[in-house]
Amino acid sequence: MYQYILKRVLLTIPTLLGAAALVFLLMRLIPGDICLVRLGSGGASFDPKALIACHKEIGVDRPILVQFLEFIWGIIRFDFGTSMWSGKPVSTEILARLPISVEIALLATTVAVGIAIPLGTISALKQNTWIDVAVRIFAIGGIATPSFWLGIVSVLLVLDITSWVSGTPWMPPIDYVPIWKDPIRNLSMAILPAITVGYRYAAVSMRMTRSAMLEVMREDYVRTARAKGLINKLIINRHALKNALLPVVTLIGIEFAFLIGGLVVTEQVFNLNGVGRLFVQAVQNQDYTLTQALVMLTVAVFVFTNLAVDLLYGWLDPRIHFA
Amino acid sequence: MRAWLLTTGLCAAMALGAVWPADAQAPKRGGTLNYMIAADGGPSLDGHKETTYAVLHATAPFYSNLIRVNPENPSSTTDFICDLCTEMPVPTDGGLTFAFKIRGGVQFHDGTPLDAHDVAVSWRRIIFPPEGVSSAREAAYPMVDKIEDPDDRTVIFRLKFPTLSFMPALADPWSFIYSRKVLEKDQHFYERNIMGSGPFKLTSYEIGQAIHGERNPAYYQSGQPYLDGFNGIFAPKQQTRVDAIRADRAALEFRGMSPSARDQLVKELGDQVSVQESDWNCGNVFTPNHKKKPFDDVRVRKALFMAVDQWHGAEALRKIAIVRTVGGLVFPGSPFAATRDELIHFPGYGTDIENARAEARRLLKEAGAEGLTVEMLNRNVDQPYIIVGTWLVDEFRKIGVTVRQNIVPTGPWLEKMRAGDFDLAMEAYCQMVVNPIADSGRYLPHEIYKENFAYHDDPKQVEIYNRMVRETDPAKARVLMRAYENQVINVGAHQLPTLWFYRIVPMRAYVKGWKISNSHYLNQNLANIWLDQ
Repeated sequence: MYQYILKRVLLTIPTLLGAAALVFLLMRLIPGDICLVRLGSGGASFDPKALIACHKEIGVDRPILVQFLEFIWGIIRFDFGTSMWSGKPVSTEILARLPISVEIALLATTVAVGIAIPLGTISALKQNTWIDVAVRIFAIGGIATPSFWLGIVSVLLVLDITSWVSGTPWMPPIDYVPIWKDPIRNLSMAILPAITVGYRYAAVSMRMTRSAMLEVMREDYVRTARAKGLINKLIINRHALKNALLPVVTLIGIEFAFLIGGLVVTEQVFNLNGVGRLFVQAVQNQDYTLTQALVMLTVAVFVFTNLAVDLLYGWLDPRIHFA
Repeated sequence: MRAWLLTTGLCAAMALGAVWPADAQAPKRGGTLNYMIAADGGPSLDGHKETTYAVLHATAPFYSNLIRVNPENPSSTTDFICDLCTEMPVPTDGGLTFAFKIRGGVQFHDGTPLDAHDVAVSWRRIIFPPEGVSSAREAAYPMVDKIEDPDDRTVIFRLKFPTLSFMPALADPWSFIYSRKVLEKDQHFYERNIMGSGPFKLTSYEIGQAIHGERNPAYYQSGQPYLDGFNGIFAPKQQTRVDAIRADRAALEFRGMSPSARDQLVKELGDQVSVQESDWNCGNVFTPNHKKKPFDDVRVRKALFMAVDQWHGAEALRKIAIVRTVGGLVFPGSPFAATRDELIHFPGYGTDIENARAEARRLLKEAGAEGLTVEMLNRNVDQPYIIVGTWLVDEFRKIGVTVRQNIVPTGPWLEKMRAGDFDLAMEAYCQMVVNPIADSGRYLPHEIYKENFAYHDDPKQVEIYNRMVRETDPAKARVLMRAYENQVINVGAHQLPTLWFYRIVPMRAYVKGWKISNSHYLNQNLANIWLDQ
């Protein structure tokens, strides 16, 4: 198994380099100029000399090939340089945003798993009953409702309800405090986005759990277990659910990786200073170095999440061997 | 000059439509102000280098300036007072020399004393930036010849020519006074760090999230600041900012909100919210590209201007957008601004719109440009770019010109204009201290003012401007301004200034002391704010 892990880790190197080359080229194909955005976006006039100085300072006046080789050399040394927009190290920029994104991703996954697996299982076991119908409506609602809309509505609801109940409107804090500094403030900020994101995530996972369970429950080994006289609870927990979880785990892995950098709109709605928002800013500002680093981070998260999911397969299904 | 400043200051204060509640109470000490900065966070922290208000709203409370707009009368376009100097200088040498005496006993936040050398070094960094340092406002001081600091208490600005535009330029809110010793070690220190002599000291800065300051007990303005500290929270989305004021997570944001946001807050909070409003020194400009046919023909440009009914447009748009006042090249609150009677003779300002549009159609026919279909470049920002752009498109339709908006992000928008790759463009710009002569320089041809994208050529316009910039008699300068305006809007029909921005700042009613100004760049050091709680 260690050999398998090593092989997979080594395979990430060409994947990351390929992604690096692609994002480097794509960023430079987008029309615009970071220095123009920086000097001109405020609407104030600026000195043309400042534009030349800005190009020189951030190094975009050098040949593309030189910039590319420097970028690749930086990746090899795990040095992504400094943000062209802020002048701060890219690692500082990302690390400032990563905790809130990871926290929301973990909380949303907890919400999703906590809802999806029990409800998806019950829905499958109670197929075509009112319970099944109710769960399916709940799931369809989650898929059909955009997270950002749910986010806006949930904030307004909280404001209106608290205003009605106590006379003073309340909303979650709009500035992030780490959980180890003030857990209550932190959770009161994170819980609403986690629920709004987790609902959609749960809905997708719930449908996957249901269909996988329905399929597994029709398998010969489940029939055999029943014929042996095993109690239903044991059949479901030990035989059916574990096997049904294989596609669900894959889905959860993909969704989790997406949440790290993909919560763009939700982060805007809840004023979360996360990686998704940073990603949009970096692209809008045409901050090449930061965008490149964020793409590399996203690719790495996907690659390693998939590796973790693959390893989990082996635990869920002992027939799977890593060669 | 001082007499003129006083007179015009009084006139402007009376003329300007800014409104604010009277704060007759004595300021209270204590409390922490939570305010929002309507942005994702700025680039670097260096005020000399940056242009976005996101940087200024986050960093201004930490710094001092040489002079500033009077924080007790910030809507005035002519009322400047000393910040680090002891008194406003009387120019000598026929208006060529301005000698400032610097306060004693001022300290930087690290405890080192601030003297005239720090002031001179900071100003040299802005006007004559050393190699490897970019100054965004270098071009704003063509009149400055040199800056001298003969002793610890004196800074002298020597000008190349006398001009009325020097003193407003000197009150630039970005001109933070940095420590000479720090700059000598590292010219880029202030891009990453904050260390000034302003009313607040930095406690922490969370990138893209918030900036926190605490009271500077050694601040030189007696009794100020009143607050114990502040939290500036970056919140780019307007609905978040409205909700946050509603729930009192923050008391206000200083840039300005839309009319609908103001109405929502007033409706929901009643007397717990107060609103300050003012004309805003940000202009919208409609720019035809003179290098593109048929806009190389003055008749076509003039026809487009004539299609626009600014007076009725203002009435309608003020309800939904952050625009309000019809004006010419100069900020409407300035003594240099055109009056309504002076404006109505220009295309795009007439009061008989039907006649104007008939004349516009005639001009188009004469120029062989009937049934014109073109594209207008616009920036993907709702307030007010897209709203004003959409209104203009409809106005042009009324003379048979079909305009499609090409709405693009800021980067491509700026790049296309700089490359001349557009037919028509919707532009907007914000100035800081109202400086009519310097501000109107943006209408000069591209050869002179590189950020003018009409790509026109007009020696007569340049000649008038050069006379105006050297004129020291305000009355004569005003006459020249009218001639310059006539050349830009009427004779050459180079660009059409449309509605000026309108600044609306709703805030929790317990916030006192702050007075709205005509620019969101001004009056942001928070020293005079106090909380009535």
